[in-house]
Amino acid sequence: MKNFIKLFSIAILICSTTVQANSAETAKFLKTDWSFKGLFGKFDRGSLQRGYQVYTEVCSSCHSMKYLSYRNLAEKGGPEFSEAEVKAIASSFEVMDGPNADGEMFTRPAKLSDKFVMPYENVKAAEAANGGAYPPDMSVLVKARGGGVDYIYSLLQGYEDPPSGEILDEGVHYNKFMYGNKIKMAAPLSDGLVEYGDGTEASVEQMSKDVTTFLMWAAEPHLESRHQMGFKAIIYLIILTTLVYFSMKRIWSRVESEV
Amino acid sequence: MSEKKTNRRDFLFTATYAVGAVGVGATVWPMIDQMNPDASVKALASTEVDVSSLTPGKTITVLWRGKPVFIRRRTQEEIAEARSVKMEELKHPEKDEDRAKDPEWLVMLGVCTHLGCVPLNDKGDYDGWFCPCHGSHYDTSGRIRKGPAPLNMEVPKYEFVNSNTIKIG
Amino acid sequence: MSDHEYTPKSKFGKWFNDRLPLLSLASHLTDYPTPKNLNYWWTFGGILTFCLITQIVTGLTLAMHYIAHADMAFESVEHIMRDVNYGWLIRYIHANGASMFFLAVYIHIFRSLFYGSYKSPREIIWIIGIIIYLLMMAAAFMGYVLPWGQMSFWGATVITNLFSAIPLVGEGIVTWLWGGYSVDNPTLTRFFTLHYLIPFLILGLVVLHIWALHVPGNNNPVGIDVKKPSKDTVPFHPYIVIKDGFALLMFMIVFAFFVFYTPNILGHADNYIEANPLVTPAHIVPEWYLLPFYAILRSVPDKLLGVVAMLSAILILAALPWLDTSKIRSAVFRPLYKQFYWILVADVLILGYVGAMPAEGLYLLIARVATAYYFLHFLLILPLLGFKEKTLPVPLSITDPVLGGSPNLATAKNKESSVK
Repeated sequence: MKNFIKLFSIAILICSTTVQANSAETAKFLKTDWSFKGLFGKFDRGSLQRGYQVYTEVCSSCHSMKYLSYRNLAEKGGPEFSEAEVKAIASSFEVMDGPNADGEMFTRPAKLSDKFVMPYENVKAAEAANGGAYPPDMSVLVKARGGGVDYIYSLLQGYEDPPSGEILDEGVHYNKFMYGNKIKMAAPLSDGLVEYGDGTEASVEQMSKDVTTFLMWAAEPHLESRHQMGFKAIIYLIILTTLVYFSMKRIWSRVESEV
Repeated sequence: MSEKKTNRRDFLFTATYAVGAVGVGATVWPMIDQMNPDASVKALASTEVDVSSLTPGKTITVLWRGKPVFIRRRTQEEIAEARSVKMEELKHPEKDEDRAKDPEWLVMLGVCTHLGCVPLNDKGDYDGWFCPCHGSHYDTSGRIRKGPAPLNMEVPKYEFVNSNTIKIG
Repeated sequence: MSDHEYTPKSKFGKWFNDRLPLLSLASHLTDYPTPKNLNYWWTFGGILTFCLITQIVTGLTLAMHYIAHADMAFESVEHIMRDVNYGWLIRYIHANGASMFFLAVYIHIFRSLFYGSYKSPREIIWIIGIIIYLLMMAAAFMGYVLPWGQMSFWGATVITNLFSAIPLVGEGIVTWLWGGYSVDNPTLTRFFTLHYLIPFLILGLVVLHIWALHVPGNNNPVGIDVKKPSKDTVPFHPYIVIKDGFALLMFMIVFAFFVFYTPNILGHADNYIEANPLVTPAHIVPEWYLLPFYAILRSVPDKLLGVVAMLSAILILAALPWLDTSKIRSAVFRPLYKQFYWILVADVLILGYVGAMPAEGLYLLIARVATAYYFLHFLLILPLLGFKEKTLPVPLSITDPVLGGSPNLATAKNKESSVK
């Protein structure tokens, strides 16, 4: 038993150091409370809706979110807009469809079943329009960065002047939290940039938190079910383990040896 | 004394089996449910069709849930013919009024109820459709009149969302 | 295999059993005499069987939705995660299941190393086990390529490129593996096929592994031969079934914690970036369970010798029954070997750690020392120990020490004088 504990703790140690080694080797991230963290974590609906607004009004001009469908915005566990609201959102975008009876492609308003419309036709077009740097797709961005939500939250607020003596190339910006400190995206947020529908003050910090929460949902739309199911599963397993443990003791009591 | 012990032991084992069975069921269900239509398939459960260009006597075929749907704008003669058929003559008795709420519009799955071929429009002995696979004849209401098909062509759930658009499903 | 004749109770049972003795097999497995002093380190065989079945079932259901094409693989995985009913659950079970599978296999292997389960007459069980382990690594490696993320692509590139180290035919072999001039769609589709196939090969080998085990019977913590059946054994059902069941449930709690609360912690963030042949990630790392071998590979400056060292590190295990010259099986009675065992454990953990670090500076130095020590353990220390070590006296039967509560010599000595 002692040896098992020794081994287990070494294993945990290795896991945690490996995880840390993969994250950005720059300044420590800014911290905030994330409502979705922890065993019973849930998304703040208001934050998700505000975050969607930030994404649409600020980020979506360059960043696609191609694995999300408009109907996701109405589904349980997400921003939970009403179906009417989502229909309106979808129809404000144009998608390519076809070929029609004449063999031509045509555009039509998006439906609930359509995927989020991309700002650029393809990766090359996106690069060309952004000084050679591809604005990454945001569908799973939060999971694609070692620091996760803390990293993105920090990065959005991490723009500052470069340390004295450091000259940056044209189109390159200094960011305290970006891996390597150089980033081609200019600071996307400024105070009051977005007028929130629910009246919340749109500070850079608030927008960073809301849009990052939205990105977390975009990457893990089933997070809430996962947490709920996990809780039930583990409680169930503990109950069954206890029953099996006593069954085991009962059975082995027939033999004089110790288990 | 041993009776009591047996009961307690049995209860423990029975409880363990029961709780275990619940877990097995809970584990098996997702494996089965994953084969059910997924969210993206269910999102395409409805299709909207623009019928503004359809003149009386013409039929269009659209794709709905991967299957062909015939939308026919019927002429007055076709409607009268459909309405005048006696129920005793039909293998699958159905009133035309029940199949086409708005008599001008006939919307039905273009799938022969025999073995699934797509019947041909404006063919056959009953001024409706004819299935070339095994010779089923359908009338102007899409009802089976002659041939091996057992049922009339299925009418799906549909509605006019506006005067130009039918939403199927 | 059948030490006793089994007669089925029903007429149909008898008719069927005469033609295909499945009922006799079931009876054998149920009655199979198992040493009664097995501790929890022995439950991992059953746990491994559970892991294999879990991977096969979740893999099959994933394969109903996954598309093995470079243009659609990543998207199909997102489709599974978002749209397929319980898709996210099945995917996370499969991905974390692989890690749990390796966690269990390492514990299982290290159990054998401690208690001498690889020694005569169990050499073939051990060797089949090594082959299963190799197949597991191949299946896991190819499975990791399937999502077609950055790590999938670049891990595949790095590992397949290893074959170019082979003189003369190396480059040709790599092109043949790739089905092209770089890792691309042909590579992906064949990896999917092989990834689908290997678990069934493993299943067959597991049957042989258990069959070979049932000839001599299980080893036990004291490492002495046990007559079966006897007062030293218990029938497999219900005693071992319930104990394996209990251990399995504890294992499942750990598994559930990963799946439901930290499903991505054992993975690498870069694999959520779609594969890009033009951009190599800053740090290419394999999954944690391959890290020790990765460390050994990188510790040798020469390309070919690095590959040879990595392969040798695994293959040397096959020679273990002959490298370890000690007549005593269990480390319980080999105090010196026990120390070296724990040093080996630490060595492997250290190799795992430096495998995740950049191969430079202090990390590289540690990797080299740890690699050298690894081979030293098997090639020098083990053979010598067999001759030089002063072992403790081994009890004559297992029942006596077990009555005292542990296979502890002091207890055995006390009990010997107070035997009933």
